[in-house]
Amino acid sequence: MIKKFGIREVVAIGIGTALFVVLTEVMIPLVIVPNTALQPRMAIMAFLSAVFGPIVGGVVGLLGHALGDAMFYGSIWWSWVIPEAIVGVGIGLFAPRFKVMSGGFDGKACVLFNIVQVIANAVAWIICAPILDILIYKEPANKVFAQGLWAFIGDIVIIGILGSILMFAYSKVTGSSSTLKKEG
Amino acid sequence: MNKLIAYEAKNTPIHRLSGFTKLVFFLLWCITSAMTFDTRVLGIMVLAGAVILIISRTEWRQVSKVFGAVLFFMTLNLLCIFLFAPYQGCEIYGQRTELFHIAGNYTMTREQLFYELNVMLKYFTVVPTIMIFLVTTDPSELAASVNRVGVPYSIAYSLAIALRYIPDVQEDFHRIRNAQQARGIEMAGGHASLLNRIQRTASIIFPLLFSTMERIDVISNAMELRGFGKHRRRTWYAARPLSAADIAVLICAVLFTAAAFAVTFMDGSRFYYPW
Repeated sequence: MIKKFGIREVVAIGIGTALFVVLTEVMIPLVIVPNTALQPRMAIMAFLSAVFGPIVGGVVGLLGHALGDAMFYGSIWWSWVIPEAIVGVGIGLFAPRFKVMSGGFDGKACVLFNIVQVIANAVAWIICAPILDILIYKEPANKVFAQGLWAFIGDIVIIGILGSILMFAYSKVTGSSSTLKKEG
Repeated sequence: MNKLIAYEAKNTPIHRLSGFTKLVFFLLWCITSAMTFDTRVLGIMVLAGAVILIISRTEWRQVSKVFGAVLFFMTLNLLCIFLFAPYQGCEIYGQRTELFHIAGNYTMTREQLFYELNVMLKYFTVVPTIMIFLVTTDPSELAASVNRVGVPYSIAYSLAIALRYIPDVQEDFHRIRNAQQARGIEMAGGHASLLNRIQRTASIIFPLLFSTMERIDVISNAMELRGFGKHRRRTWYAARPLSAADIAVLICAVLFTAAAFAVTFMDGSRFYYPW
């Protein structure tokens, strides 16, 4: 069940967006091909979606991408902002299953998380972004699909590795707030 | 350190406009720019953007960095379009006027140049409005004014928190990065493997994420204690009623958008080609 939209969610959207925007400047360049860097901010968004649910994930993706692009690059590519929100919502829909906050993020949850993120990214970057690029900017189809494919690979790698690490670690730390064990 | 483009208080007609007015103007401007491929409309928008930029007394030092980034990505994108699809323009305009041959399968055509000129103009229509919006809009006032026009105040408040905390989170980020660098963990550079690079990034992002989650707890507890969300409405310290100038700007923006759409789609196609 998805929790109702409370104060924590309001704040999580705000602070999460701020974090997302700040991390826009962190890039892990992939070799050779220019302009195809891994974006750790995607892992942050995936984490926030998995913890706070689809609304927080979607809005952080939408607002964070728009603000981050505007502040660092001076231009907003709406055709790439909307897919970002799709990834956030997609992962967020399964938030209750991940149990990050209660320390229940185990191997099974991690597998589910990665299946969900690959599907969400595929819908966003291979289908949605190129189509919007063609509709809005009338860009050449082969170019936008190549870009979309790159974004897809980059995102599943960074979310798959960094996102999973973050969730494992966070779940372990917050979940084990008590050292008491039930005796058998 | 890396200072972002941010609000600066000044007293100009643009600063005095309500944040809501500027947001609506900005969104309409973006939609128009995205839809139209009419060079005349785009040209007028570029000129209008430049005039507003001057009226808002935006200084070069405020936007120079972002402007450099725009030029870089725009050039890269224009080059990519040509490399991937040298005859995209011919396809769109249904003509082919060859200008000169470059190499292999690449011949420069007038249609391609004209198409890429339009793409370039599209960049320059949006860039000034983004700068104006970020530089002249007070975040608290923006939240208050979007709430005034019916956006639920919890959403308006999220927006206000985001804008308010970007500098704080950025400071946290730089502090953590410096601390990790002092310990010898460099984020970029070197000839490390990809996994190694991700690991190093994680060593900086992880403390940052922790402090962020803590911040979320602290702020939401504080807001809960003060009874945030208890009532259906709330009042805003920074609220300002819409002035006559606001309404005039809103009407102009809507009229301009309608006119731009009319001109663009008059001949049944969003592409304008004079030859």
